[in-house]
Amino acid sequence: MRIRFKSSYDDDINLFEDRWHLFQFGLLLAAAVIAPWLLGSYYLGELTSVLIWALAGLGLMLITGHTGQVSLGHAAFMAIGAFTNLALMLRGWNFFPALIASALVSGVIGAIIARPILRMSGIYLAIATLALSIIIEDVAIMAAPITGGVSGLFAPTIELAGLQADRYGNPAAFYYLCLAVLVLVTLAYANLLRSPTGRSFLAVRDSEVSARALGVNVARTKTLAFALSCAITGLAGAMYAHLVQAVNYESFLVLISITLLLQVVIGGLGSIHGAFFGAIVVVMLPQVIAITRDMLNNSFGIGIASYPGMDTAVFALIILLMVIYEPRGIYGIWIKVRTWLQLFPLYRKGMFRRSRTYLKTERMR
Amino acid sequence: MDILQLLVSGIANGCIYGLLALGFVLIYKASEAVNFAQGDMLMLGAFLGIAFINTGNTDLPFLFGLTLAALVMGVFGYLLDRFVLRGIFGQPQFAMVILTIALGFLIRFAAGAIWGHDPVSLQTPFAGKTLMLGSLIVPVVDAVIILATVALTTTLYFFFAHTRLGVAMQASSQNQMAAYYMGIPVKRVNSIVWALSGVVAAIAGVLFAAKGAVEPSVGLLFGIKAFAAAVIGGLGSLPGALAGGLLVGIVEPFAARYLPAGSSQIAPYVLMLLVLVLRPGGLFAQISQKKV
Repeated sequence: MRIRFKSSYDDDINLFEDRWHLFQFGLLLAAAVIAPWLLGSYYLGELTSVLIWALAGLGLMLITGHTGQVSLGHAAFMAIGAFTNLALMLRGWNFFPALIASALVSGVIGAIIARPILRMSGIYLAIATLALSIIIEDVAIMAAPITGGVSGLFAPTIELAGLQADRYGNPAAFYYLCLAVLVLVTLAYANLLRSPTGRSFLAVRDSEVSARALGVNVARTKTLAFALSCAITGLAGAMYAHLVQAVNYESFLVLISITLLLQVVIGGLGSIHGAFFGAIVVVMLPQVIAITRDMLNNSFGIGIASYPGMDTAVFALIILLMVIYEPRGIYGIWIKVRTWLQLFPLYRKGMFRRSRTYLKTERMR
Repeated sequence: MDILQLLVSGIANGCIYGLLALGFVLIYKASEAVNFAQGDMLMLGAFLGIAFINTGNTDLPFLFGLTLAALVMGVFGYLLDRFVLRGIFGQPQFAMVILTIALGFLIRFAAGAIWGHDPVSLQTPFAGKTLMLGSLIVPVVDAVIILATVALTTTLYFFFAHTRLGVAMQASSQNQMAAYYMGIPVKRVNSIVWALSGVVAAIAGVLFAAKGAVEPSVGLLFGIKAFAAAVIGGLGSLPGALAGGLLVGIVEPFAARYLPAGSSQIAPYVLMLLVLVLRPGGLFAQISQKKV
């Protein structure tokens, strides 16, 4: 076990704890950069998909994991980002201005919606955002001049300085584009969390009353967090639109909102890692199930009939076990494993025991 | 006349929403949790009813089949709480939301694997029969649904207000630890509530199947709509759930008739958002400010 020696106050809030920590992330980034040479185009597409869902997960993580407001409607903001981006590009805008515009539009709409919605708390907030997600489906049909109505919009090719970043034409370029956006957003996110604004998000999550007592403007903080979260999700929506090449009202159903929430929960609420772990699970799980099924069929002759909805069921089962046995998600497991390795052989069984809690009504405030 | 006719069908639909909303409210009232799998429990109840009643399946008489389905769903609810939900006893609401969403997925998958994905409907003794009230045509199904809903709501209302068990349920939702100190077996009370909500879901499901067709995925959207109804009425209020259900049921056909296409799907949610913004606790608000 290494002992860190702190010599300045900055040591507590540095983005990277020490050189070794920085080196680890550098290694990860290097692996991500050389990935197109190692993977086939199919798996590169899957990896791109992981990146985009991680981006969307980061958006939801900001409001749900770090500010403590459960949103079941973030697919709505993905839709807003996607439609803004495509509609502007089809009107002749370049990709980057359109991408920034989609973040801005989602963010502003999020801020406008946030004020009345965030007056509610807990379960009511989840319901209101869920309703938002349902409404957006029909709005996407009705706003035909922008969204193309029932048939939707097709994504034009992205041109960057003469280079074409196309999902099928040039998948590596598109992958790098997603990677760049994701790395920038992640860095900004990590920076935000160590700033006073980010700290006030955490304060609001842990206790609104104490946050207010410490001089945090709770309403403003929540609105800001919601707007930022929507902006990030809008970015993810725009990238997603280019990944799937065509979007219509059916691309952003309620189910996507729910899956997104389950994704951050399975990854681990309240951690940046969690968004990434969750995205990996969501994207890779169908593959893993298919491969397992084939293996069982071929080597053991066990014929598991391919039931429709098998992926969702396994996903739900994992969530179920996770919520009961490991509420901090994959990130919680990761922390335990890391601590075990660091403290070896001194790890004790009860180190992460949860304290017993009792539920109190929210009807009396 | 047209308006009256729309009103009758709206009320009958609204009663089913109200019944389902009742299930939400029951669980919310007694354990301060929201059961996102309620719609799927309704679907399960409906399929059980069909399995028991339809000719070619088990071929039982209607009332007997209904009772049997309700009993099975009651046991199902009890076991669900006993063996799955007790694992997160005392955890914040959010954990329950996630857990019940996951449960809903699992129930839907199981129903799809057992009964397939084709819509089926229930054969009832009163299918196709109508009552004439003046020049108003009331299908007997609708009348049965309305009567059953009113009866069930009244019973549950008195159960919560006047019986020992009902009061114990309310107490354990308001403060689990204090309820323990008063000698209430909170965990068992929770399980009983889930059993009760299973029974209500089964009755709602059978009535739903008598009126239209069911398929495994019907639970999700139907559940969310009933949820909107419960919120409009104010989560935690039984008459509120019924009122909210009726409101949603009535708004839908009228929006479909008089407003542009597509607005009938979003009308309930717009209504709910309006209520939430104007009266955050719902029409029959249960939230009270704590005096410090």
